[in-house]
This record gives sequence, C-alpha cells and structure tokens, in this order.
Amino acid sequence: MVRGRLTRPERSGRRAPVACGAVPTSPRTRFEEGCARGVLLYQADASGPVFPPRMGIDDWRESAGLGTVHSTTWVRPRDGEPRNIALVDLDEGFRMMSRVDAGEVTIGLRVRVRFDGADHIPVFVPA
Amino acid sequence: MTPPEALLAIVGAAESDLGAVADGITPVDLMAQATARALEDAGLEAGDLDGVLAASTQVPMASLSLSAALGARPRFFDGTNVGGSSFMAHLRHAAAAIGAGQCSVAVIAHGSTQRLVGRSSASVQEVAWWEAPYEPALPVTAYALAAARHMHEFGTTREQLAEVAVAAREWARLNPAAWSRDPLAIEDVLAAPLVADPLGVRDCCLVNDGGAAVVVCSPERARSLGRPHVLVLGAGEASTHRHISEMPDLVRTAAVASGGEAFAQAGVGPQEMDLALLYDAFTITPLLFLEDLGFCAKGEGGAFVEGGRTRPGGDFPMNTNGGGLSYCHPGMYGLLMLVEAVRQLRGECGGRQVPDAALAVAHGNGGVLSSQCTAVLARA
Repeated sequence: MVRGRLTRPERSGRRAPVACGAVPTSPRTRFEEGCARGVLLYQADASGPVFPPRMGIDDWRESAGLGTVHSTTWVRPRDGEPRNIALVDLDEGFRMMSRVDAGEVTIGLRVRVRFDGADHIPVFVPA
Repeated sequence: MTPPEALLAIVGAAESDLGAVADGITPVDLMAQATARALEDAGLEAGDLDGVLAASTQVPMASLSLSAALGARPRFFDGTNVGGSSFMAHLRHAAAAIGAGQCSVAVIAHGSTQRLVGRSSASVQEVAWWEAPYEPALPVTAYALAAARHMHEFGTTREQLAEVAVAAREWARLNPAAWSRDPLAIEDVLAAPLVADPLGVRDCCLVNDGGAAVVVCSPERARSLGRPHVLVLGAGEASTHRHISEMPDLVRTAAVASGGEAFAQAGVGPQEMDLALLYDAFTITPLLFLEDLGFCAKGEGGAFVEGGRTRPGGDFPMNTNGGGLSYCHPGMYGLLMLVEAVRQLRGECGGRQVPDAALAVAHGNGGVLSSQCTAVLARA
C-alpha cells in the first residue's frame, strides 16, 4: 500500500516563484488558506461547482460545510488501526474525498466539516 | 452484409516468464523475451520490426529501452501509459500508424518485476494533493468506494463479487501458466481478511512479475505470412477522470464510450461475443464492465455472474486465463488479456479452450477506473 504524502515536497531552491504572467497564489494554496481560517472553499464556472481546485477559475465560493456521504470504506492495514475514507457530496454540488470521524459511517449519512490538526485538514463528523 | 475491413492483424502473441522471476531480471528483459517469442510465433525477426510500442510503470521510456534491447531501429514509437489498459490503446495507435504508412510491423510490449522489487517502488502512485491527507491506500481504496456504491445502489452482494474470484480460479485451474491454482470457494473469499471494505484479499488481483508482447501488421501483410492470425475489428479508448474523487459517477465507467466505439466500428455487438476478457484488478471491475459494455443492464452485473455462468462450462466464458485475480497480474495486465484472446481465437487453449471461439472482446482498465480501452477481435 502506498500512503499519501501529508506534507509538501521541500523546495529545492531559495528563490521565490517567478513566472511569466505570474499566478500569485496556487489553487492549492488558496484552498489551504481557506481551511486555515475555517472555511471550505470551492470554485464555480459556467458548468457549475468545480472541485478539486484548478487553475484558471477566479470564482471562489465558500461552502456551508454540510454534505452527505456518497461512498465510504475502511482501509485496514495489516499492522494498524482501520481508517475511514469517504467521498462526501457537499450541498453546494461538489464532491471531495475526506474522512468521517465516527464509529459507523454509512452512505447517505449527513455530515458537517471540521478542520483537523495543525494542517487544518477538512474532515467530517455526523451533522 | 459484408464485414467491415479489419483495423489491424495480430500475427504473434506471447507471454514472457511469469510469476516470480530471478534476481537481477529487469522489466526490459521480460519485454524483450516476450517480443522474441511473439516474433517467433509470427515467423518474423527483430529486423522486420519498424514500430515499437511499450509501457511499464518501471520504465518511463519503455519503447526506447525495448528498441535498444532488441537492436531495433524503429521509425514509429509510442509509450502511451494510461495504466493496465494501455495495450488496447496501443492496438488502436498501431492501427493508425500502420494505416498512415508510419510503420509496417510493430510490437506492443510490457514487462514488470513488481514482485521482485516490491509493488511500492514498482508502481509509484500519483497521489493527488486533495486526496493525500486522508491516506487512501491506492489503488484498492478507489475500487472499494466504487464497490460500496454499487452495493448501495443496486443491492450487489459480497457473494456476487466473490463469484468473480471463484470463476477466475476455476479457469486458472485449467491454465498451467496460472499463479494460483488451489481450489477456492465463495466462503473462502468472504472469510479472507478485509483490505478495504467491502473488498477482501481474495477480491484483489495478484502481484506478479511478468510481461507479454504482440506483433501487429496490416491485414494484407498478415495474409501474406500464411500463418494463423487474429483481426482487430474495432477499438475504443475513453477516460472520465484521473483520481477517484473526480469520477463523475462511481458506478458508470468510460467503458460505455470505449465499448460503444469499439463495437460500432467492429459492426458486431456484445451479444455476438464468444468470450469476454474483462479487466479484473478487483472483483467489482468485471461487474461494471459487463454492464457498461452492454452485456447486461446497469446494476445487473452481480446477478449476471450468479450461478457460475462465467465459470468453465458456463454459458458466458469470461477471463478464461484465470484473470488478474488468479492467473497473473504484473501491474499492467491488459496485454496478457490480448495474448489470451489471440490464443482462444486460434484454438490453442487446450483444457480451457472455448469451443469454436470466433469473436472476443478484451476490455482494459487503467488507473482507478480512469482509462477504459476496448478491443473487439476476430478469428481470421
């Protein structure tokens, strides 16, 4: 099993990012800054809500953080505790991967976002 | 009705050594070994090759590495890597290249030593930053999420999923090259430790070393070789997402599009297939593809496989080599499916031969249900 990386790769140089037509803030940074202040951000374009955050969409919106579990599993490492992985459909109409902190997690469960730990990771609890 | 002109002919097909290979063997060694065997099968030599198509999770420039190992000087190469389905896509790309005169005889090859070197280094997962914080064990988590949703929407059961694994094992027991040949019952699958609910260890494919190659050329050239060959009547490739949280609908894959295009081009439908090779990385995948390719209605995949109808002797021969679940899964399994299709259509499969097989579909899957590539094949 390959675990996800929790932190960003170290920057190899000291130079600040400079690009032609510079993008001042990456979509990831913008999203994570929202989490750090307790707000779940998503984007919207002509087709509707957009997630995950991507380049070229300037319409950022704040989610109310309420949603429904679309699917869920428990990953069971041979040498560790099971951990929940869920896909959550937010009421605004976008879907994200997350975790639901509850003993039992079922499809259809209503959930509310909270921001976990020093990295302010968006996770969910029963609403 | 006159059948449509075939896109391409497969004139040689071979496995490399499979299972667990010796220390020091590389993925390119296995590609080259399989290519030599496929060329021999075709009655051709490495000097006849002017197109090289290859993919391996361990060899980013696989077509160049294989060319060097063969001493080939290709004028066409393609290293498309969309996961396990890459090789059905290669068939289509080779057909286009040969049709455009960019090459005349091409090899499509794969090799993996993921068992030897360890899966985590052989298949480095592209983890998206928006999924990484939750540590999804990939790829199994993605397939578990699709399976859980399929069960929720359609009432699919773990027993129905287990039937896919048991049928694969029954076929593998007829295949001397298969890795897992011990008896396997539904109860064994259900009792195996869970990896990611609802998928247990026996719902997940093998982790093997292995490789394969097929040699392709125009149908005209194939006829001039005067050996048994197989025609590619139609092919399609499609994708809806890369990461599972981006998948528009967890229970509807891009196989609807790739299969639709492949069957339309072939001028034959799913009901006319004598056998189906449907990528079985996990037990949920053949159920999705039975539905999405049109063998049954959406949601009925579980009921479709019940009663052993896809096992040997059943009325729907599926994954007749034993599949990725019991025969061999070297990280990217699609090319071994094409080898099996060729052998079935040439009537060379001995105890597992589907009687009088004339038409087959081989459907590959890559990533986390991300790429779907379909090929419709016929006995020449």
